[in-house]
Amino acid sequence: MVQVKIWGSLAVATDDQTLLEVEASTLRELLDGLADRYPAIEPHLKRGVSVAIDGRIYNDNWFQPIFPDSEVVLLSRLRGG
Amino acid sequence: MSNIHVTTSVNGDPVEFLCGSQDTLLDVLRDRLGMTGTKEGCGTGDCGACSVTVNGRLICSCLMLGAEAEGSEIGTIEGMADGDALHPLQRKFIEHAALQCGICTPGILVASKSLLESNPEPTEEETRYWLAGNLCRCTGYDKIIRAVMDAAHEMREAS
Amino acid sequence: MALDNNPALDTHEFRLVGTRPNRPDGIDKVTGRARYGADISAPGMLTGMVLRSRHAHARIKSIDISAAEAIPGVHAVITRKDFTHVPEDGDIADILDNCMAGEKALYDGHAVAAVAASSSATAQEALKAIIVDYEVLPNVTDVDTAIREGAPILHAGRSDGTVPEGASRNIMSRVEFGHGDVEAGLAKADRVVERSFKTEATHQGYIEPHACLAQMGQDGQADLWCCTQGHYMVRNTCAALLGMDQGQLRVTASEIGGGFGGKTTVFLEPLALVLSRKSSRPVKMVMSRAEVLRATGPTASSSMDVRIGMTKDGRITGAHAELRYQGGAYPGSPVQLGAMAGFAPYDLENVKTVGWDIVTNRPKQAAYRAPGAPMAAFGVESVIDELARGFGLDPIEVRLKNAAREGTRSSYGPTYPAIGLEATLQAAKDHPHWSAPLGKNQGRGVACGFWFNFGGDTCVSLNITPDGTATVTEGNPDIGGSRAAMSMMAAEELGIPYEKVRTVITDTGSLGQNEVTDGSRVTFAVGLATIKAARAAKKEMCKRVAKIWGIDEDAVEWREGAVHPAGPNAGLHPPMTLAEIAAVASNTGGPIAGHHEVTAEGAGVSFATHMVDSEVDADTGAVKIVRYTVFQDAGKAVHPDYVEGQLQGGAVQGIGWALNEEYIYGEDGILQNPGFLDYRVPVASDLPMIDTVILEIPNPGHPYGVRGVGETSIVPPLAAVANSVSAAANVRLTDIPMSPPKVLAKIRETV
Repeated sequence: MVQVKIWGSLAVATDDQTLLEVEASTLRELLDGLADRYPAIEPHLKRGVSVAIDGRIYNDNWFQPIFPDSEVVLLSRLRGG
Repeated sequence: MSNIHVTTSVNGDPVEFLCGSQDTLLDVLRDRLGMTGTKEGCGTGDCGACSVTVNGRLICSCLMLGAEAEGSEIGTIEGMADGDALHPLQRKFIEHAALQCGICTPGILVASKSLLESNPEPTEEETRYWLAGNLCRCTGYDKIIRAVMDAAHEMREAS
Repeated sequence: MALDNNPALDTHEFRLVGTRPNRPDGIDKVTGRARYGADISAPGMLTGMVLRSRHAHARIKSIDISAAEAIPGVHAVITRKDFTHVPEDGDIADILDNCMAGEKALYDGHAVAAVAASSSATAQEALKAIIVDYEVLPNVTDVDTAIREGAPILHAGRSDGTVPEGASRNIMSRVEFGHGDVEAGLAKADRVVERSFKTEATHQGYIEPHACLAQMGQDGQADLWCCTQGHYMVRNTCAALLGMDQGQLRVTASEIGGGFGGKTTVFLEPLALVLSRKSSRPVKMVMSRAEVLRATGPTASSSMDVRIGMTKDGRITGAHAELRYQGGAYPGSPVQLGAMAGFAPYDLENVKTVGWDIVTNRPKQAAYRAPGAPMAAFGVESVIDELARGFGLDPIEVRLKNAAREGTRSSYGPTYPAIGLEATLQAAKDHPHWSAPLGKNQGRGVACGFWFNFGGDTCVSLNITPDGTATVTEGNPDIGGSRAAMSMMAAEELGIPYEKVRTVITDTGSLGQNEVTDGSRVTFAVGLATIKAARAAKKEMCKRVAKIWGIDEDAVEWREGAVHPAGPNAGLHPPMTLAEIAAVASNTGGPIAGHHEVTAEGAGVSFATHMVDSEVDADTGAVKIVRYTVFQDAGKAVHPDYVEGQLQGGAVQGIGWALNEEYIYGEDGILQNPGFLDYRVPVASDLPMIDTVILEIPNPGHPYGVRGVGETSIVPPLAAVANSVSAAANVRLTDIPMSPPKVLAKIRETV
């Protein structure tokens, strides 16, 4: 199981829980797992999210590996100027 | 509205053009003569991107009517290099990385050339005040001022 | 063969990276030959112009275009009705409504109709002949007023699920970040300071107004030339707005005269396409400066409350910020990024930031260099400064004591890898500027800043020419010298001179998807793809040479621009240079190229510390910046001149924001200063030289360690300048811009 921290406005979609556990070994499995357990989060995922894995931000790569002891933080999609 | 016939010279070339009574010199240069090196940043004389010289005097070409150019000698960025040989200011701007996006560069070069013609040895403060009418949003002016002062130095050495 | 695609950090001595060659587009740009958005024309083209609302908030009851259409020389008049495709996506629908008003005009300058005519005089005449029947509604432009009871409401039912019930309907969303127990933390403090701050909206102020030339045929194929930070974004957005196939619209990016985030969306482009479709003629549109200020995308104005507790030895025990940003008439202010960035430089046990996204009758904001971060940093860094000074502590020491470092859990969630904040603070502390004496009425301020940096979709194609030179084809408009950086990185990899590589920004028909030139991503992401494309080409060249020599691919290696035999069984072949391999490419399998397509991840966050001395005229309230030094982590500075340029330019934009620049709206909601005379950006005589110190803490996510540098430099200046002015005038400035009347009033109020 991977522990996922939910930050920002995303917690409204997870019954206010900020720490979730999902069975996942890749970014895609993580996102699918979250959408299965918390359907309310799906629109947010569709709009795009950023995921910090061990301190580095990932946006799109489904196959990015996630290890059981990885620190995973789900954030709204980050955009620059 | 009939057009006005104007005879003038641009960068030493004899030029004739027709323009409307409301067309600015900038409109004429860009839209009638196809000389798009002179840029429009504001159209109100506040940014200096359209700087040219008329009879040797530095002006904003957006503030002068094309019809007023009759009989005058106009100098633009396109006339600054001597064939393949860049003007020392042009060379120094490249060497000092004094441009980022480059949209203000033609106006700043024309204004700087005009400065060095009237004051070959400007102080940093004189350079900054002379160029205060030319906005640059990318560089913070640091490298521009250095490039102008370095070009002035080189031109003095050479003369 | 060390040509694998792992982004293992290259720590060897560079031959070219880190040097300062002349930029490849330099001569075009100093001779006036470079072609920007407004510098192109097409045979038979028409002039397009936009009719804009003079009301800040009004229902559009009807628009009569018949008189305009009847004018000789007018070839097309369009309104929202001509946009027949209804976008499904909410963000695209907002962009459409912003480009051309639907039911309501939502701000002064909002487009309501557009014309294409044979001359600009005729187009202007046509605009005057369009009759719009408005029902004028009450307006609101101030962020705090917008959420008071009784404020005019812009949209009903658009708030998302994060907004508490009963809150103002002008609040679109609420965000929250943080960890720990802020109240418990504050209780441990020796002193808690709470301050409220305001910042006004500012514009990116690029000197080149938006411009485009569109040509659309009856078969649905279209071509567009425009100045933009991302022509792939223009293609995709316009296709979505018009219901076109993306592949049918080819967009070519002109040279771009500045953007700073403001050219990351569309304004004129869809109008020009629809005008061209309707008139069957090419249509060129160029904005005036007044249009740029009234109707493009300035950044948010803000109102903030910041509360921080500190022990007397300088340790922050608890920190809280509440940020209210208005982002104009549509959802999407950068408050979330502000809420994430404000406390990001610090290692805090107890921290919470709440952000509110608010709509007002102002133009839809667009990104502006580190969107949302400078305002939040202004509030946070001002309160830290006040606490440090109150305890008589050194403000750099206090920041060092609380500085985030590798392993720190950031205020927005993730734990940091190796970062450079401490290095910038230490460099600031050791710099002669910090100990230099101050003159009369002068004060010194410091502040830190943070930015994320981004990666994203990137394609690079690198071709080896038959004569042994290289072309790099990429899809990101070069806004500040990036072609030089790409050529340097390609030449570094290939072992050929910098002058033997030419980098070209291609149109949307020639490469796959490329993310916008934004998020300080280009030197990082396009650089990464360039390096990998070059490595792919080198791999191919090794293969060819192995074939020629009749040995195994593993028995050759690439070294210093040539393929050499490697290992005991390779034989004694003289090395083949790139030029020699290129010359026989047709005999060994065909043309040689390398390409790389990637969604670049792993952009490294960056930090900066700024130090500024200002002098305050106590009689007028005027502030003069007398000395300024930027300390920033660049990861690796590929071309240090252009890194310095980014640091200097960002600092000066921040100085303008801090001291002069502001959007001024009247009670009527009309913008009162839509020109460079009254919207005053810094000029050369306002400023000293801007000193820079580049730190290089490598980013493990890039083969050479590059981090983005473009945005971080605008984050600290608002706070750094405010801290220096506060020190000089011995009052705390909390309202930006610190224009002379405001500074004077503050001085008089405290005397």
